[in-house]
Amino acid sequence: MGLTDILIKLGLIVIIFLISLVIAMYSTYAERKVAAFLQDRVGPDRAGPWGILQPLADGGKMFLKEEIIPTNANAFLFIAGPSLAILVSCIGTAVIPWGQQLVIGGHVIDLQVADVNVGVLYIFGVVSLGVYGIMIGGWASNNKYSLLGAIRAASQNISYEIAMGLSIIALLMTTGTLSLRHIAEQQTGFWHGHWFTWNVFSQPLGFLIFIICAFAETNRSPFDLPECETELVGGYHTEYSSMKLGFYLFSEYINMFVSGAVMATLYFGGYNFPLMHHIHSPNLVAILGVVVLFAKIFFFIFFFMWVRWTIPRFRYDQLMDLGWKVLIPLSIANIVITGVWITYFK
Amino acid sequence: MEPLSNKRKVIESKPLSFMERIYLPAIFKGLAITMKHFFRKPVTIRYPEEKREYSENFRGLHSLKRDEQGRERCTACGLCALSCPAEAITMISAERQKGEEHLYREEKYAAVYEINMLRCIFCGLCEEACPKEAIYLDGPHVASDYLRKDFIYGKDKLVEAPLNQ
Repeated sequence: MGLTDILIKLGLIVIIFLISLVIAMYSTYAERKVAAFLQDRVGPDRAGPWGILQPLADGGKMFLKEEIIPTNANAFLFIAGPSLAILVSCIGTAVIPWGQQLVIGGHVIDLQVADVNVGVLYIFGVVSLGVYGIMIGGWASNNKYSLLGAIRAASQNISYEIAMGLSIIALLMTTGTLSLRHIAEQQTGFWHGHWFTWNVFSQPLGFLIFIICAFAETNRSPFDLPECETELVGGYHTEYSSMKLGFYLFSEYINMFVSGAVMATLYFGGYNFPLMHHIHSPNLVAILGVVVLFAKIFFFIFFFMWVRWTIPRFRYDQLMDLGWKVLIPLSIANIVITGVWITYFK
Repeated sequence: MEPLSNKRKVIESKPLSFMERIYLPAIFKGLAITMKHFFRKPVTIRYPEEKREYSENFRGLHSLKRDEQGRERCTACGLCALSCPAEAITMISAERQKGEEHLYREEKYAAVYEINMLRCIFCGLCEEACPKEAIYLDGPHVASDYLRKDFIYGKDKLVEAPLNQ
């Protein structure tokens, strides 16, 4: 690995980091706009044309707010909580394959930071670390509402991680690999032989379970009980102010971005698009692939928001019922069906 | 007990059917409804730039009218104060002196005319009671202020501007 390769990797890391931050920033704006449009309003439109500078104004406000650490809070953990939350949500993007290889002047550029052969497991590890930021923050606040929110987040994430993992197992049985790059390559094009290549068409039930669990893992409505305003003031971030609160809100949006990317890669063909074999310039295919992948991710982010402004919040016991009594048996059934299908029809 | 009407409806709590229990059809129906609203025209009126038109019989701030020659119409008969259900109007009458014919139309006029805007309910009974067509509620909203005493509007705020100005 030469110096240029290292520099290219470094550049890629910086670009992906910046992109995920910018997307998270504009997700806050998009969320407000989508909410407004779904409710026949216009949303923020004062800062710049169509309110396009609203995220900058919000960010500036967050930075300038007074920093409050409650007297009886554990100061170290109080700061560690949001830091961990945003760190963990940022490193999730490392294993996502953003596109096919680019060839520029003899250099082959991999549009992926790390092609780990256990990419799916890495994602899972990162996702399950995510709850620690919330738990630590909620516990360190020394506030009963924060603690309740944190406990809810922890038990909800643990419950839904099981169903999520089981739905992934069925997917891995058909793909036979844990590397996200390989999974994306297997879904090349759109139609092969007599069936679609994208995994969502061979694993529809698995995808349904996965997306429901993704809603729960990112603490999005209808599973946003950890920050449920009507019951818990602000949930785990009740005591937070200034940029530490900003980090928590930010990490939620980065999580949405990452889970959109994971869903697109695992189930919706990643950077692949229909008729890609008819374009003969490989670089053009790679660039179009990146665009297509981001389009898919944006669709998922929009879907997250669309659902948030449509479906009311679950009650906590209903949430647990759905997780343990419905999704887990369903995903086990999905594994069995997939096994039978692989044994007899492949 | 005898039912008062035949509209009594027994509410029964049926267990959910299978289709209802899997939630998804209802969720997709909801998503379709919200998507329909996504493409609908927003009903927002961007306030400082756009203003919503008032209805024609909107009742706002009172104004004490002048006649064609610019004289105050009010004759301080007190019917408005009498009709006011909120008792918001007080006035002190005075007799018109020689040489004041160009100021007051009648021989008696209101030297002091005060309306407490915190008491007023903008019902419009004063304008209905007025025999001289001297008071109308045709102004804008009452402006906000800090002190209660500033909400007692005197003649300086209520009387119409003179004609020649």
